[in-house]
Amino acid sequence: MLNLWKIFTRGIFSENPIFVLALSLCPALAVTTTAANALTMGLSVTFVISTNNVIVALSRKYVNHKVRVPIYITSIATVVIVLELLLKAYFPELYMELGIYLQLIVVFAIILARAEVFASKNSVVPSFFDGLGMGCGFTLAMLIVGIIRELIGSGSLFGHFVFGNSYQPALIMILPPGAFILIGYLVGASKMINEYVVKHYKGRGEVK
Amino acid sequence: MREYILLFIGAVVVNNFVLTRFLGLCIFFGVSKNLNASIGMGMAVTSVITLSSMLSWVVYNFILVPLHLTFLTTIVFVLLIASFVQLLEMVIRKYAPALYKMWGIYLLLIATNCVVLGVPLLNAETNFSFLKSVVHAVGSGVGFALAIVLMASLRDKLRFADVPKPLDGLGIAFIVAGMLALAFMGFSGLIKI
Repeated sequence: MLNLWKIFTRGIFSENPIFVLALSLCPALAVTTTAANALTMGLSVTFVISTNNVIVALSRKYVNHKVRVPIYITSIATVVIVLELLLKAYFPELYMELGIYLQLIVVFAIILARAEVFASKNSVVPSFFDGLGMGCGFTLAMLIVGIIRELIGSGSLFGHFVFGNSYQPALIMILPPGAFILIGYLVGASKMINEYVVKHYKGRGEVK
Repeated sequence: MREYILLFIGAVVVNNFVLTRFLGLCIFFGVSKNLNASIGMGMAVTSVITLSSMLSWVVYNFILVPLHLTFLTTIVFVLLIASFVQLLEMVIRKYAPALYKMWGIYLLLIATNCVVLGVPLLNAETNFSFLKSVVHAVGSGVGFALAIVLMASLRDKLRFADVPKPLDGLGIAFIVAGMLALAFMGFSGLIKI
């Protein structure tokens, strides 16, 4: 149980896909104009990555090593199509908002990387938790970016105005340049925090 | 004719794939450390986008639409483009070794990349005609090449700058890309669609 928890939390902190591994950045910039969009994208990716990890783990004994990558891509694309149809049927508005970026989940490096690095070598349950952890880490990072951009860029949070009428929204945060600049500072901040943690806790043996 | 020119310019500067649609960022930040590599990458991406757009247009309009299989677009395009790029790589290695030396290694890097998949998907979504798809694809590729070459030149100069330590590397690259995107926003009034 403890082991599964470790696998789960690793994706959220020490191997966070966006801030630490700098993988799958495109969606982190493109769909984070509002916190709600960021959350939907995060949950979609969590669904795809954990389902795909389970499929890969289940079939790992039957897949020939040489053709594994095309097989992983096919299975990822299948899961994405299932997700696409589900969203289209039950949440058409969100589907429209995410647009092409939903289909592009297929080529997210993080999903293929988890299939290759973890799910192809481990059994079903740990693979599922690995996917869940990575997905949650991704969702968390997306949500942080989405909340900051929505707060500064339109003065609201999940569509509710929080700063009152006198607040002049800084439009740049909603537009593309704001996204780049914000992510730049967040990457810098996460580097600083990591360095601080390593420096202060290394001696006590709490962090490897 | 005017329509096609506007579509081209729109794809190059106004809706630049990297700076306003955020596609192909992994390559954009990964390769732009080196100017020569960026030029090679820009050429490779442009040609692959163009060829795979043509191919996927044919498959989409002559196979998927008549058979009512458009919900399979994603999976078909991914497999089509990935295998096409592999094939292209083999053909170039065999028949044009000089060309292969120049940008062959980049081909495999872009086999499953969001910009190469994104352009055919957008073409299918907006129901472009064949010629329009090609113009859009070439424009997107040129836009990508322009952005990555500009970025590589900026990062060249950045090497001598005194960057705060936590921002060094990826952090400052993002901020510079933000400035570049800001500059490109000046083009947004250029074309009214």
